[in-house]
Amino acid sequence: MNELLLGLADDELVIGWRDSEWTGIAPMLEEDVAFSSIAQNEIGHARAVYELLTDDADALAFDRPLGEYRCAPLVELRLLDWAHTIARRWLYEEADRIRIAALMDDADPAVAGLAAKIDREEVYHRMHADMWHERLRGEPRFRDAVADLWPYALGVLPPEQRAELAARVRLEEVEAIGRGTHTPELAELWDEMTSVRRSAPAGAQW
Amino acid sequence: MNEIWEVFRQERRGQPFEHAGSVVAPDAGFAETWAREQYGRRGESVALWLVPRDAIHVVEQWADEFDLKYRRVDGYSIKVRLKEARERASARSG
Repeated sequence: MNELLLGLADDELVIGWRDSEWTGIAPMLEEDVAFSSIAQNEIGHARAVYELLTDDADALAFDRPLGEYRCAPLVELRLLDWAHTIARRWLYEEADRIRIAALMDDADPAVAGLAAKIDREEVYHRMHADMWHERLRGEPRFRDAVADLWPYALGVLPPEQRAELAARVRLEEVEAIGRGTHTPELAELWDEMTSVRRSAPAGAQW
Repeated sequence: MNEIWEVFRQERRGQPFEHAGSVVAPDAGFAETWAREQYGRRGESVALWLVPRDAIHVVEQWADEFDLKYRRVDGYSIKVRLKEARERASARSG
């Protein structure tokens, strides 16, 4: 199994899940619609990447034990305030664009093609994230949130891509909180996310 | 700081823009992003016009103190006259 692609798919699934927790309670109606739509897109990207890796995307997404997920701690965090949520969205998009750009040059045409397809949809996500960043970057609450999440954001990328992220967002590279260990919040999310699959009788058709 | 932006959408090139709804947004950038999500992301529009509601000059008072309905064209059937005109024209050319 390609660990890099599995990490990407798990990131997209989990951030899609986390961001969709704002559906119905985002600060503005318009943003609620946009944010939910983006969350749904991310889960769609996860599905497309899982399908590159396996014939049964649902099984790969939901039938693994907690320890086999490869998502980065950044996406696992349960964020309860909007400043942190938007800071994560912006940092995640900045990190994501770097690895997607690298995958667009992948030797495997199926990987490169899917990366290009994802990238075309990410244009909207970046427009949304950049708009919020532009608006909030001078606000102390937003800056604090970015500072809190910065080590996690670096941890989305492998070490060789981190300097590029630091340059893009104009922050000093610090020690990353990367893949490999999970935050306690993921256990709760995993429990909820997989509960339907686990409760279904064997052989259930979806 | 928020203002209402009226959204007009064009379904296909060459068609007239129709009022689709509105978004409440602090500036044109937010209005664009939100309008894209709500009125354009699923192929339902080829173009949008975003207009701050304050920029719309509304006309809605219609004085009719002197009963000017003789100026109106409703009830005036042009169909018969058009038919006669066509017959005259074809008689002349034929």
